[in-house]
Amino acid sequence: MAVVFEKTKALTDVPFHYCPGCTHGIVHRLVAEVLEEMGVVGQTVGVASVGCSVFSYNYFDCDMVQAAHGRAPAVATGLKRALPDNVIFTYQGDGDLAAIGMAETVHAATRGENITVIFINNAIYGMTGGQMAPTSLPGQVTQTSPYGRDTSTAGFPIRVCELLSTLDGTALAQRVTVDSVKNVNIAKKAIRKGFENQINKRGYSIIEVVSTCPTNWGLSPEEAMNWLRDNMLPYYPLGVYKDVTEGGDK
Amino acid sequence: MAEKVLMKGNEALAEAAIQCGCKHYFGYPITPQTEIAAYMSKRLPKEGGVFLQAESEVAAINMVLGATSAGVRAMTSSSSPGVSLKSEGVSYIAGSDLPALIINVQRGGPGLGGIQPSQSDYWQATKALGHGDFQLFVLAPSTIQEMVDFVPLAYEVGEKYRVPAMILSDGMLGQMMEPVEFPEKKETAVADKSWATNGHQNKRKKNIVNSLYIQPEELENLVKERYERYEKIKEEEQRAEEFMMDDAEYVVVAFGASSRVARSAIIKAREEGIKVGMIRPITLWPFPDKTIEKSIANAKKYLCVEMNMGQMVDDVRLVVNGRKEVAFFGRTGGVIPTPAEVLDQIRALAGKEM
Repeated sequence: MAVVFEKTKALTDVPFHYCPGCTHGIVHRLVAEVLEEMGVVGQTVGVASVGCSVFSYNYFDCDMVQAAHGRAPAVATGLKRALPDNVIFTYQGDGDLAAIGMAETVHAATRGENITVIFINNAIYGMTGGQMAPTSLPGQVTQTSPYGRDTSTAGFPIRVCELLSTLDGTALAQRVTVDSVKNVNIAKKAIRKGFENQINKRGYSIIEVVSTCPTNWGLSPEEAMNWLRDNMLPYYPLGVYKDVTEGGDK
Repeated sequence: MAEKVLMKGNEALAEAAIQCGCKHYFGYPITPQTEIAAYMSKRLPKEGGVFLQAESEVAAINMVLGATSAGVRAMTSSSSPGVSLKSEGVSYIAGSDLPALIINVQRGGPGLGGIQPSQSDYWQATKALGHGDFQLFVLAPSTIQEMVDFVPLAYEVGEKYRVPAMILSDGMLGQMMEPVEFPEKKETAVADKSWATNGHQNKRKKNIVNSLYIQPEELENLVKERYERYEKIKEEEQRAEEFMMDDAEYVVVAFGASSRVARSAIIKAREEGIKVGMIRPITLWPFPDKTIEKSIANAKKYLCVEMNMGQMVDDVRLVVNGRKEVAFFGRTGGVIPTPAEVLDQIRALAGKEM
């Protein structure tokens, strides 16, 4: 029988714990496929963060380090400085990257740390049960913004790619999503570019994936994808915010 | 033997680290340890190493975690308020069974405290530098030569047992100058680092450096296994100096800078005929309880001299366990006790007129 699909070897056989309709699974697969296609799985060390993706150390079939909440860029910095010829990536959510780990994020970027950052922005804390995230939308109801995010007291969401694109050390800041085949393909290309930048020592690359959290949004998988298109994408426009490679936008 | 050179404590320690193969330093400026970072920034790039000034102590210790995960010798240094910030990372390093070297050049506290020498982080270093059940291997130098000699020791013990190690120094030792001799370069035993996350190269199973264990029984078993290593460390790695202890009836217990003051006071007291000696803990954890225990039979009274409000005295009392009186004398906030003050305490202990 002809083989029409094979799971990438860069993922282990451990079943994902992610909820139905969550896009972590798609993004894991894209990262793993890119690592396998580039032939770098053996040289790669991934850094898992704290949040729903904390167990990603069980899923990627490369060496993995599990970092404290927000500290993945610092851990990745230590790894990369000790192993300059290896491939180092972090996989972080919005609470991890843009709240508790914002200092580590900004400074890794401004140092031009040669690492690749996969950033899952689903506008909520998933692991702890649906609290307001730094990227929760104005008016968004969460466990800790039960009347909707009130910007007069809780402030405004952070647009991470826009912010990091102002830094000279950032090589690539691109926002993608995985709500369609077309967008999945764009996301994969962006992830590949992020890893190529690292190998070519171009600096810090971040690929922000606008993602779903059906469980904590209180929506079905299909409704969640529609909510993402209707609410997330207008606030977080897809596109390339910085790209230092030839033919890049900036 | 190599020739002696006159060096500042902080710089001597930094040089010792480079000489024993630490090529990765991550730190953040804070007084009175800054010379370590400055020295590293000057020397490491020329040694093909990495000096990185981090955005915070929190980041610096996590960079150490990353580098040490990769299997290299890494180090960070700070002073008291900065060490508090590192406590999160230290707990993760311990929970991930990683060796690493953390230097604390202590200053007065709590809070921003002061910038003068202190020993008020004894409890933090020996009991609770972070959340969870864990210990660090803690060495307390009292001379600049020991600032040098304890660096390879800290790495070797830390790597052997896969535990983080700390050199608990203070602003006095960090800032003062003494002649030091660097050990002849020797190949130190290469510790097994088959656990390192440095890329499996498709030749071995993947390695994971991790401190998360959701199943309580699994976590309990791992912690228990770690405590078996701690028991071995207690058995094999205790270190203490005994000074004029042969016939001592009065025993001063002091470590680091305060032991220097106590030593001068003891010499004076001996001239007055008081049979006093000193036990100087070199390892603060494991606490040298064997040396204390050995002294109890002949001792009449103990006196702990510390630059804090009484921290190590708890450990001395735990060993003495009510069998003898254990007195305490301390100055804190950055004040260094004088030999005359300590001599007065020794006289009082021996029932002599002040």
